[in-house]
Amino acid sequence: MNALRRHRLLTRIWSSEPGWKGWFTTVNHSDLGRMFLFVAVLFFMIGGILAMLIRAQLATPRSAFLGPDVYNQVFTMHGTIMMFLFAIPLFEGIAVYLLPKLLGTRDLAFPRLTAYGFWCYVLGGSLLLFSLVAGIAPDSGWFMYPPLSSRAASPGINTDFWLLGITFVEISAICAAVEITVTVLRYRAPGMSLSRMPIFAWYALVTAVMILTGFPPLILGSILLELERAFDMPFFVTERGGDSLLWQHLFWLFGHPEVYIIFLPAAGVISTILPVMARTTLLGYGWVVAAAVALGVLSFGLWVHHMFTTGIPHMGLAFFSAASTLVAVPTAVQVFAWIGTLWKGSPRLTLPMLWILAFFATFVIGGLTGVMVAVVPFNWQAHDTHFIVAHLHYVLVGGFVFPMLAALYYWMPHVTGRKRFFKLGETAFWLIAIGFHVTFLAVHWAGLLGQRRRIHTYDPGQGWEWINLIASIGGFVTAIGFALVVLDVVVNAAVAVRGSRNPWRAGTLDWAMPTPPAAYNFASLPLVASREPVHDDPDLPARLARGEGYLGDPARNRRESLIVDIATGEPAQLVVFPANTALPFVMAFVTGGIFLGMLLKAYWLVPLAALGVAALVARWVWSLGSTREEGPQAVGRGLALPLAAESPDPPGWWGSLFLLLANGTLFGSLLFGYAFLWTVAPGWPPAAYPEPGLEDALLLLGGVSLSVAGIRLADGALRRGSGAWIGLLLGLAGAGATGLAAATLLLGTSHDAHAYDATVWVVGGYVLFHAALTGGMTLFLGARAAAGYVTGRRLGEARILRLWTDYTAAVALLGLGAAWLPGLAM
Amino acid sequence: MWIAATTPLSLAGCEERLSAVHPAGPAAADIATLWWVMLAGATAIFLFVMALLVLAFRRGPAPVSAAAETRRERFWIMGLGLGFTFPVLAALLAYGLVVGERLHTRPGPEVVTVRAEGRQWAWSFAYADAPGRMTEGILHIPAGRQVDVAITSADVIHSFWVPRLAGKLDAIPGHVNVLRIEAWAPGDYAGVSAEYNGTAYLGHGFTVRAHDAAGWATFLAGDAP
Repeated sequence: MNALRRHRLLTRIWSSEPGWKGWFTTVNHSDLGRMFLFVAVLFFMIGGILAMLIRAQLATPRSAFLGPDVYNQVFTMHGTIMMFLFAIPLFEGIAVYLLPKLLGTRDLAFPRLTAYGFWCYVLGGSLLLFSLVAGIAPDSGWFMYPPLSSRAASPGINTDFWLLGITFVEISAICAAVEITVTVLRYRAPGMSLSRMPIFAWYALVTAVMILTGFPPLILGSILLELERAFDMPFFVTERGGDSLLWQHLFWLFGHPEVYIIFLPAAGVISTILPVMARTTLLGYGWVVAAAVALGVLSFGLWVHHMFTTGIPHMGLAFFSAASTLVAVPTAVQVFAWIGTLWKGSPRLTLPMLWILAFFATFVIGGLTGVMVAVVPFNWQAHDTHFIVAHLHYVLVGGFVFPMLAALYYWMPHVTGRKRFFKLGETAFWLIAIGFHVTFLAVHWAGLLGQRRRIHTYDPGQGWEWINLIASIGGFVTAIGFALVVLDVVVNAAVAVRGSRNPWRAGTLDWAMPTPPAAYNFASLPLVASREPVHDDPDLPARLARGEGYLGDPARNRRESLIVDIATGEPAQLVVFPANTALPFVMAFVTGGIFLGMLLKAYWLVPLAALGVAALVARWVWSLGSTREEGPQAVGRGLALPLAAESPDPPGWWGSLFLLLANGTLFGSLLFGYAFLWTVAPGWPPAAYPEPGLEDALLLLGGVSLSVAGIRLADGALRRGSGAWIGLLLGLAGAGATGLAAATLLLGTSHDAHAYDATVWVVGGYVLFHAALTGGMTLFLGARAAAGYVTGRRLGEARILRLWTDYTAAVALLGLGAAWLPGLAM
Repeated sequence: MWIAATTPLSLAGCEERLSAVHPAGPAAADIATLWWVMLAGATAIFLFVMALLVLAFRRGPAPVSAAAETRRERFWIMGLGLGFTFPVLAALLAYGLVVGERLHTRPGPEVVTVRAEGRQWAWSFAYADAPGRMTEGILHIPAGRQVDVAITSADVIHSFWVPRLAGKLDAIPGHVNVLRIEAWAPGDYAGVSAEYNGTAYLGHGFTVRAHDAAGWATFLAGDAP
């Protein structure tokens, strides 16, 4: 078989459907990556227009251009769009497009999940966009502090759009994070051990794990606030045992890691591009990986520095101030490693390099002002002034947008297969870089002169006029620069000349393929022996195209790739990917019904849509696996591997594990909220507690033991080849009893009397939901076993159920225990 | 009488009305000094990093060997990344903590206690030394004495900020936060709410009126000074 014939066969297997239908049925990561990037850039432009409205309004004192009502919507939506609908999705887009290519594999771990996440993003984003166009956009600030965002102060639907739209969008972040984590850990080219991974993969891994642990507190907070607004459950109402500070803790538990979730991918891009531009390798790879991990860990310890003015106890201030300054250390390690890399090599002043230099000049200033605001006394003056506005734009634009522009110009030849012909990009660079600093450098000073954030206008005579006018002019110059970048991309993608393969002479696998890339990425998968396989063997792309790597033979006529051992990168399993399907799109649409029902207060729609989602999930999972035993299959180069579906730890098991990590963080945040209200909120303890009877406790303990024992019994029976019925029935009974225990708790408590009761309702509801989920999964497993999908050699699904059953047992014991504890103790 | 004369002067047109870098009391002065020190330090560090960056472009390729790589890691990462950053941050943190310690409110016999309650969109003030006395929009304090302001809110979150006297502290429903302020000299000082609180956020301000000893006694006695 020659390379062209292999290309044709693989393309037929891997490509999306032609025409418009392909947009809705594609599960291919290159397609979805481009779609993510396109929509994210669209939102960036909308957010940018809002920024220009803000700068137009602030250009002169006492401006009558926007009234406070419109202005409040504009700045709220500017922040919301840039953070949630641009920055995070842009990272997702880059990771979705690039990761499999950098890692030397053919797709992400869960192609349909990628598509589902994308559509949740589009639909949730559309919800917010609709509110903006209709003039009923959120207007309580992107941080949504109650009681301002509670029903009493914000009775309109505006806040609901934020809470529901953003939560809908967060589904895509969680999906992408699960996807990225499992892909980096297991879907790599053979031989790519952890220490040979391209540096971007490390950053993506750290970022993904941070999303899994950083986003759940916000999701929980949004759920609680929406429950308060919809059903009067007083989580944040002081008079009834709630505390508005709880929201701030949950929000910043998310919000601070969020800053690093945005910065780390950009740092990964710099660590990738900068050595190539300096014609050398990254200095201190191990140190940089350690610094990224340290940033990820430390960033969870400093959320309180957004709350220095809320009356945090004195010792707490010292601790969080120390943590906030400490986080500058791993950042400095990276910055000096990059400069050292430049010294080591011979840097070229290409356009991506220019953007990296702009990053240095901007981000270093942002980092230094960041250390300033970490010092508590200064924070008390600077907080909520334009000094912070300037600081955060230096960090986010300098630390994210500029590196992303470097990435744009570095990988554009990869996406388009062309080389830049028109040099608009250089002009745009100077407009943006200069315009940005003109806008924001002086704005620091306006803040020190007392200009607060979020005021819609100001009086003359306070020394702010010139600063604001200059800032507005700079803002418009920046905007023109960005428009020029868009023009540059469009023009060059459409009419530039075809480029050569690997124009930057990089060593990573993303350049070991023809550009634009084929749907299958690699005609055969490489055997990797170093961090820069293309430098080891410049002939590698041609050899892969000739089918000299793994899986070069498409004879089995299905989408195949390899799963490797986490640490060593030894090939371990052969994985078969699902083909094109509209299921993710349909499921995202039905998921939207849940959010729409809540938004329009058509509560009947919520359970209906939830049942629809459950049915679609069942349909989705049913299509996996096979009733036929295949045994080890040849994967090329003389190697035979078992199918993932016939392995004890199929991708679904790993996906479940990391989904449960996010889920567990959500539950942990809930318990944190319970403990926080108990210890800090005024108006505690509540007047009455539910007192569990002996039968309630027995129900819980019995249910938990039955379900945990049942799934193990079923597992053992499957292994021996006998019927799993007894075990599954026991598990089902156990799930039922657990659910019953949670239900009795709910029935004995009013949901809206006191924050205690409301919290107990959420805890009980959470346990009830998981009991129902485990029960449903047990039934599903029974059906799968009966249909012959689950046998002694294909135990993966039973092990997945075991994971979920154990998790449900743990949260039932912890949750109901915590709810009953005061009643038991009194 | 003199207050009536100076009020228009200090409230209208004066450039540093809300300026944190034109302190009129010890807390704001400490923080302003902190800012100038940090600005100087940050500028030096920024120029240093930029110089390193520019120099990278003026050199030829460096030697390639495992020993050279180790040397470079030692210089750039352990030397600059850790060795340079740690002491600078430790010194700054220590300085910040010392300033924070000085701003920390401690009870004392001379401390005057007042209460500030924010609501959408007004401020009212009460006085421990004049029970029952309430003022709207103007907080009266004695000049040259430490004043503890107990801050709370009647509805949403606000923030009590008089930039020329001290940093800000939030007014949170159900909580009372205490901020120490002091004005060196009698006069009017502008204050604003510095936590976004809805439509009329812009105009949600107040005035701190610092009296000399005689004026303060008159105020406490219940007469309008």
